[in-house]
Amino acid sequence: MLRLATRLLLYLLLLLGAAVFVLPFVWMVLTALKPLDQTLAQKQHWLPRRYEADLDGRRQEVRPGALVTEPAVWLVLHGAAQPVVVPAAAVRDGAWHPQSGAPVPVRVLKPVPATLAAPWQEITDLRGLARDVVPVSAISSAVAFRWENIPRSIDAMRHFGRYLANTLLLCVLNVLGTVLSSSIVAYGFARLEWRGRDVLFGLLLATMMIPFPVVMVPLYSLFRWLGWVGTLRPLWVGSFCAGAFNVFLLRQFFRTIPKDLSEAARIDGCSEWRIFWQIILPLCRPALVVVALFTFLGTWNDFLGPLIYLTDEHDFTLALGLEAMKMSRSGGTEWHYLMGASTLVILPVIALFLLAQRSFIEGIALTGSKT
Amino acid sequence: MTSGDRRRLGLGLAFVSPWLVGIAVFTCFPVGASLYYSFCDYDVLSKPVWVGWLNYQDMFSDQVFWQSVGNTFVFNLLALPLGMVTALALALLLNQPVRFRGVFRAIYYLPSLVPAVAGAMVWLWILNGRLGLLNQALVHLGLAHPPQWLTDPAWTKPSLALVSLWGCGNTVVIYLAALQGVPRSLLEAAMIDGASAWRRLVHVTLPAISPVIYFNLLIGIIGGLQVFSSAFVMMGGGGPERSVLFYAIYIYQNAFEYRHMGYASAMAWILCLLILVLTWLASRASRRLVHYQGD
Repeated sequence: MLRLATRLLLYLLLLLGAAVFVLPFVWMVLTALKPLDQTLAQKQHWLPRRYEADLDGRRQEVRPGALVTEPAVWLVLHGAAQPVVVPAAAVRDGAWHPQSGAPVPVRVLKPVPATLAAPWQEITDLRGLARDVVPVSAISSAVAFRWENIPRSIDAMRHFGRYLANTLLLCVLNVLGTVLSSSIVAYGFARLEWRGRDVLFGLLLATMMIPFPVVMVPLYSLFRWLGWVGTLRPLWVGSFCAGAFNVFLLRQFFRTIPKDLSEAARIDGCSEWRIFWQIILPLCRPALVVVALFTFLGTWNDFLGPLIYLTDEHDFTLALGLEAMKMSRSGGTEWHYLMGASTLVILPVIALFLLAQRSFIEGIALTGSKT
Repeated sequence: MTSGDRRRLGLGLAFVSPWLVGIAVFTCFPVGASLYYSFCDYDVLSKPVWVGWLNYQDMFSDQVFWQSVGNTFVFNLLALPLGMVTALALALLLNQPVRFRGVFRAIYYLPSLVPAVAGAMVWLWILNGRLGLLNQALVHLGLAHPPQWLTDPAWTKPSLALVSLWGCGNTVVIYLAALQGVPRSLLEAAMIDGASAWRRLVHVTLPAISPVIYFNLLIGIIGGLQVFSSAFVMMGGGGPERSVLFYAIYIYQNAFEYRHMGYASAMAWILCLLILVLTWLASRASRRLVHYQGD
């Protein structure tokens, strides 16, 4: 057994690691629930807050602005519309004396007796119309999550519904196509004896070595020739032709099932298709679940494929829509909506993992152990 | 061939027919066409025109090509060892008799499932020069001028290595499965012989899982040479001073932005060659270092 100090160190390291891995998720969600100005603040707080103060004669929610830590004057410069805070030392005889240039006449609104120990702060109302400067102690603050940001993130993503529908459609088609075709093919390689089988299987393994960029250009020109660029078809048709890796995975699994089972069924006059469909396949449920899960995730997460083939915004997938959202910013980035949309894209993945954790872990371990 | 043989052959081919169609349409045809295009001037809109070795010659004099090769190598020399060592370290920690192992494993594993685009958005925000969480923390710790992770060419590669490190949970799970397969008898024998924990690790555990380390290295090399999404999403077309213009990004740009499909195909074949050479080197090195049980 480990000594106490070693155990403590072990848990400390594990917790530290876990904190680092979880932090990006936490920060994403917290940012998604903040108002815009709190994401752009020079010094940010962990939790979204709500500030209230007396402004315009009533208690209301306000946005805090610049902090004042030395005696100052709250005044309106001649010819200006908005009041500003100016250091008290620079205001004499009803005029502001800048460090260089002529004095500017001012209309003093009120003195701001701020110090480092008792700072004041500029505040504005939410529409940015009314302003004031008040002691920091007069501003109340409370933690407040802006749940309304979530529907607004969906709006900010423009065609969220279409993206979701496209992504789900692709996921369903790819999972269906992959599971069906890969299991049929894997059966042919795993449980039937025929001439040339091992040569073809060697070829299948060899194709796994070909990097995607090699086939990228000809596939694009093929799909272009078919008139499929700008449709979802290039992104799912191939899945019905059995992916090499999935065939490999399923074959390994199929081979673990005793041969006698098939022999007995054959003697009973069962057709090969029925043996596959009614006997072997139900026994391979765990492996099929693994293939389905990884295909679903692969489709949900795919970026390069949609980037190449989808041209119209209405056909975009969630991944592509999220990327487009970054591009379509006007002026500054709306980080709170971007994080809200990211949360929405990540959430189903996390939910799927929590639902099927065992299959994931076993599947991953399986891919590693087949070397 | 007897009629039985023929029947079995027909049946076998019938079962693997989806793959036969697939390999013809989605592998053989594109591989052949790509090889042909790599010797052509081709923009998809008009017919390819044979230009011989020109595309390959152009590569040698193309500064940007060499930059993309350099970027890809430097990034991988940074990210690959970092990821493999961190993953192994985390797996070794998790392999100890700890409580809540499943919870820790889930936490480490989850980021590797996150869609590349969404992960890129989160890290864009965290690494933001002025507003990002990381730099706010560094300023808080007293660093007046924290690195500009996304805009300083010297920092863009480490930034992306950090992002890829976040996704190393996949490898952690693979290592953990391998570690749990290390024969207990070997470790106990070493312990009885008085071997320290460090010596047990170096002389028993690591050799026992060396095939898996080798597997992760190969996967890492093949994947690392093709890094695309996070760099593309986070830094657009190559980042500041093209510092993260990786090989795969340059192929993509040539193919779909400049419409130099022939050049892109030639680059893809060089990539294929690079992968072959590197895996060959790795397999040669592995002969001395990797121990398969039962040898």
